[in-house]
Amino acid sequence: MMLAKRIIPCLDVRNGRTVKGQKFTEIKDVEDPAVLAKRYALEGADELVFYDITASNEKRAISLEFVEKVAKEIDIPFSVGGGVKTVEDFVKILHKGADKVSVNSAAVHNPSLIKEAAARFGSQCVVLSIDGKKVGDRYLVYTEGGRNQTNLDVIEWAKQGVALGAGEIVMNAMDADGMKQGYDIALLKQLKETLTVPIIASGGAGKVSHFIEAAPYADGLLAASVFHFGEIAIESLKQTLHEHNILVRLKVER
Amino acid sequence: MHVIIDYDVGNLGSVIQSFKKAGFELLVSRQVEDIKNADSLILPGVGAFKGAMNALKQTGLIPYIYDHVKQNKPLLGICLGMQLLYESSDEFGTHEGLGLLPGKITRFNTDLNVPHMGWNQLRFNQPNHPILKYIKPNDYVYFVHSYLAKTTQDTVIADTDYDGSVPAITGVKSVYGMQFHPEKSVPVGAKLLKAYKEMIA
Repeated sequence: MMLAKRIIPCLDVRNGRTVKGQKFTEIKDVEDPAVLAKRYALEGADELVFYDITASNEKRAISLEFVEKVAKEIDIPFSVGGGVKTVEDFVKILHKGADKVSVNSAAVHNPSLIKEAAARFGSQCVVLSIDGKKVGDRYLVYTEGGRNQTNLDVIEWAKQGVALGAGEIVMNAMDADGMKQGYDIALLKQLKETLTVPIIASGGAGKVSHFIEAAPYADGLLAASVFHFGEIAIESLKQTLHEHNILVRLKVER
Repeated sequence: MHVIIDYDVGNLGSVIQSFKKAGFELLVSRQVEDIKNADSLILPGVGAFKGAMNALKQTGLIPYIYDHVKQNKPLLGICLGMQLLYESSDEFGTHEGLGLLPGKITRFNTDLNVPHMGWNQLRFNQPNHPILKYIKPNDYVYFVHSYLAKTTQDTVIADTDYDGSVPAITGVKSVYGMQFHPEKSVPVGAKLLKAYKEMIA
């Protein structure tokens, strides 16, 4: 036996509503996050990932009220990220009932945030979310929701993040995001060879076969629109993965 | 009344919620009177062993927890709360635990990812144990931990496999531990709490 591959719906939340964009733009309204979260938990999602993409800090404080509602609705683990800058932000989000907090841009600007948060809450609470894009023959880290290119190498940054205490990496492949042409397997392979923490593949899922292809190189498979728009049902996805000898948590009688 | 021991170990929201859903009449408290009168005690916990043990000591409740167990009343530790029930832990130095379960807490010795984080399957060591009444072997529960109990096999009700046996549900007399998070393990966790409630009634 081993850990089951986690199927993870990702919910982008703006001003308290779940939304979905393509390549980080063209954003559409989907649903109340708590309603969607409950539906996914019932359908067999193993975990949920939320990104609060509310633009302003004032609105974000209000937007984060969804975290409490979600915690009341579901009994599977979930992480919350988006705009997390300080250890105090961790406190707020964890206090509202999230199990993990993910950091992205702020950790690039201030890597010690990972270290401080891991020391205070444990590595299992600290998820490093990386937006990466292929530039030439290597992958570079992007910040500010994909708007800002850095000189950081994705693999090096992931290694550094883990050394600082990140307990999990969510790898968002920006070129693949929203394109539904499959996960970036080459990138996942490189990460898998390098890291000793769970890797969550993000960006590109469009068909069931994409999940099957990426499963050997990731601990969790994240997707958004295919679930939000009902193109792939979690239960049948897991059944198909199971038939391909991929270890998943199949639905049991409640 | 069932009492969740409140000793500053983070958000208890989901633990409270899951026990309430399972039908427990519940109180979250650190008052001596509540602990003394409790039908059962629940010891939650996340974080590191030493900090949690110190926080528990600070409440002054430890003697009353021992009294409770002496009267053969049920005590359930969850995740780090379970680890505190053992004799000691190697987490960041050696630290004494409550010694209510035999054995000690040591770090995973494996090439696999640590923490052991995710959904793993239960194997039944004591298939007829009433706590397992509503679940099946190989049902999945959610684990998040870097340390595990090294204990005597006869105290392990169910385990999981992560490069070796990992005690998942343990128990001696009226003292029980769950290494995973029943409150995050829908629907198997809820079934375990339901069985636990019936068992201690």
